[in-house]
Amino acid sequence: MKSRMLQRVQLRASTATVARSRVAALGSVRAASSVSQRPNSEFVQFPGALKSAFTHSLNFENPESYKALPTYRVVDQHGVVVDSSFEPDISEQQVVKLYKDMLFISIMDLIMFDAQRQGRLSFYMVSAGEEAVSVGTSSVLDPEDVVFCQYREQGLFKERGFTTKEFMSQLFSNRNDPGKGRNMPIHYGSKKLNVHTISSPLATQLPQASGAGYALKLQKLQNPESKARVCAVFFGEGAASEGDFHAAMNIAATRSCPVIFICRNNGYAISTPTLEQYRGDGIASRGIGYGIDTIRVDGNDIWAVREATKKARELALQDGGKPVLIEAMTYRVSHHSTSDDSFAYRARVEVEDWKRRDNPLTRLRKWMETKGYWDEAKEKEARDALRKEVLREFSAAEREKKPAIKTMFEDVYDELTPGLKAQMQELRELIDNYPDEYDVGEFEGGKETLKS
Amino acid sequence: MKRQVARQFRRALGTPRPVPAAALPLHASRCYSTHPPNAKLNLPIEYGSTPLLAHSADVVQKNIEIPIEVRNGATKKLNLFQAVNDALGTALAEDESVVVFGEDVAFGGVFRCTMKLAETHGSERVFNTPLSEQGILGFGIGLAAEGMRPVAEIQFADYVYPAFDQIVNEAAKMRYRDGSNGRGAGGLTVRMPCGGVGHGALYHSQSPESLFTHVPGVRVIMPRSPIQAKGLLLSAIRSNDPCIFMEPKILYRAAVEQVPVASYELPLSKAEVLKEGSNVTVVSYGQPLYYCVEAIRQLEAQRPDVSIELIDLRTVHPFDRETVFSSVKKTGRVMIVHEAYTTASVASEVAAAIQENPDTFNRLEAPVRRVAGWDIHNSLAFERFHLPDITRMYDNIKRLLDY
Ligand SMILES: Cc1ncc(C[n+]2csc(CCOP(=O)(O)OP(=O)(O)O)c2C)c(N)n1
Repeated sequence: MKSRMLQRVQLRASTATVARSRVAALGSVRAASSVSQRPNSEFVQFPGALKSAFTHSLNFENPESYKALPTYRVVDQHGVVVDSSFEPDISEQQVVKLYKDMLFISIMDLIMFDAQRQGRLSFYMVSAGEEAVSVGTSSVLDPEDVVFCQYREQGLFKERGFTTKEFMSQLFSNRNDPGKGRNMPIHYGSKKLNVHTISSPLATQLPQASGAGYALKLQKLQNPESKARVCAVFFGEGAASEGDFHAAMNIAATRSCPVIFICRNNGYAISTPTLEQYRGDGIASRGIGYGIDTIRVDGNDIWAVREATKKARELALQDGGKPVLIEAMTYRVSHHSTSDDSFAYRARVEVEDWKRRDNPLTRLRKWMETKGYWDEAKEKEARDALRKEVLREFSAAEREKKPAIKTMFEDVYDELTPGLKAQMQELRELIDNYPDEYDVGEFEGGKETLKS
Repeated sequence: MKRQVARQFRRALGTPRPVPAAALPLHASRCYSTHPPNAKLNLPIEYGSTPLLAHSADVVQKNIEIPIEVRNGATKKLNLFQAVNDALGTALAEDESVVVFGEDVAFGGVFRCTMKLAETHGSERVFNTPLSEQGILGFGIGLAAEGMRPVAEIQFADYVYPAFDQIVNEAAKMRYRDGSNGRGAGGLTVRMPCGGVGHGALYHSQSPESLFTHVPGVRVIMPRSPIQAKGLLLSAIRSNDPCIFMEPKILYRAAVEQVPVASYELPLSKAEVLKEGSNVTVVSYGQPLYYCVEAIRQLEAQRPDVSIELIDLRTVHPFDRETVFSSVKKTGRVMIVHEAYTTASVASEVAAAIQENPDTFNRLEAPVRRVAGWDIHNSLAFERFHLPDITRMYDNIKRLLDY
């Protein structure tokens, strides 16, 4: 453990050098490679692990001899504050807003899950049980911080200001969907809100976040007047088994990128329990191995998530930038998606237990009730209002036209290529010749848009 | 343009080969492969006199694709790695959003393409990454997504596969999925040395371009010369589409020509007619073009009634159909040449496109011939039998003519 800490210090030192001077940075690279093993030294001088002391006892490090990393919490299941140093940093009104954001997601989830079951949209994924991670982190990031998501972070979109209409337009892939109807439901994205569009391949967003973080760092260096920003990236514990996780952590550490890696460890990757996902101490223990500041938090405690993320953001901007890892422990209360029946691989009672015993919404609600911010009447009023709003936008979005057919050929390249123009023309002729075989009426502009 | 280059080409072809056959063993040892003492076709390429390279500034001045003030300005003798280096230096100097990185690029790169760039432009913009191709590409996409113009290096094209997912699922699709949000990975350029080098064996010889030509959303480019390397690389870096820039590593030192000192671009997805002809169209790109020139020279010398057109695709995806079609409409016979394996290759795509187009299909007088690497792995001892050589090209043109 000690040697790891020392190594981390070393990394930071080299980061600072990079920021200070190009020439010095190059010099430091050369210096590192000129290290040699001195006679009678107590410490390793092999270039690969400086500051490691020699030992005369043959001893393999055993993961089990280390205690599991602790889980930080501020408020317990009963809504009672357990971190005595905690003082809420936001007003009653702001707390209520966060609660309502979580509530919104949980209500939209129920409606859309059923809508998918009725065949009214093709697919859906709920975030039940994980609302505090997405809403909590979002609430302490700067709105200009760049974010990459996996797919179970609808709460972040909501907290940042994604409108109900925007959610519905994407879910129904209608003409108001900025993704132009190209992506599966829940693959949201918003330039205005600085959230990159979600893609299905797991973990690909992780090294991209490292790169984006590095871009933000360079832009700040090149324009010192500009705002210091970080990149935040979400992923599940299953995705963390991908090679891209390893690549991302390592490159973020070596290039000192201001990135906050936020892992939602909800116990399952579809049907795979964590015991079949990894044998180490969760995801957090890996962060240290990469030389990354790491914390594990109770993901059902929005206050713990907020406190940890706030601090992480500060750390990420320190010393010219560095990555931070947050592992938020939670439980996937829902099925993986509408294509999954999770009772095929886990007991109904286990899920019911989690729902009843610990839930980020009820936890915050209990805390708010002790403060006198919330009561049953307010709960009912909020639920009714949110439900109405979702249903209203739901039916409006469902009735909207789909994007123009032409858009299927666009944005592949910056401009339509001659080859694509020819293929578009071919499709147009096909529809002309077989008008009864294609329903073009639901698409804006019908087949006319295929004219190049 | 076409005609001027073609004229230059013919003049060069008319002159006798400067090196007598007796000098062969010397070159043979230099090239890591032996040339049979009696060979007449499979002779080593004389890069010092090939018409494919601009050996003097007045040849550069005739290149009308290059802006007049640039081509009339100063030129500098550069080999291909120096031209790549020059382009990277130019891009870094002109645009502070350009960033250059990859394995071992900081000290200059294993092929010296990034020499002195870190010293000149700073270790924040030119730097080593950990040894992880998926990381390099993912990192590059993230930079591009935030408005930078990253130029990532994959040390050998043979090692691009760990990054395949990032290229195919991410870089290529990013703009499409972001829709009217308008972001994408268009700023990204991925450079990678490719192709046979005489002794590269399985993992230092591959030409995986066709794996990327199956991917909508990326452009795949391969230069044949230092002038192209500079102009096409600058275009790729400035292009708003993610570009895969494949550098034939055998040309890094071998191909030397006069390159304009100033900054210029060459068009992407635009082929170049290197030599006009009326009986056969030869389509190729990258290093095999030098062999094509020799095969054509030999054939035309033997059959003065025959003239052969030679086209350099330059960008293999999306490729310039119009230039290829209009040539085939004229000649009715076509051979497509590259190093990569034959099956499902660039040659397959070009051949299919020619067959599909009614104007070219009707005009065909012989089956389209693909002259490419056999469908085997690049093996160390057998390279000279594997990659298309002058003899195979010669033989295939003859077959086309005699069909
Ligand atoms: C590269 C890749 N492999 C497989 C899948 C299919 N898949 C989608 S979600 C998922 C499980 C992800 O689990 P986790 O990362 O723990 O997130 P959670 O769903 O629990 O939020 C899998 C295997 C995929 N989308 N991408």
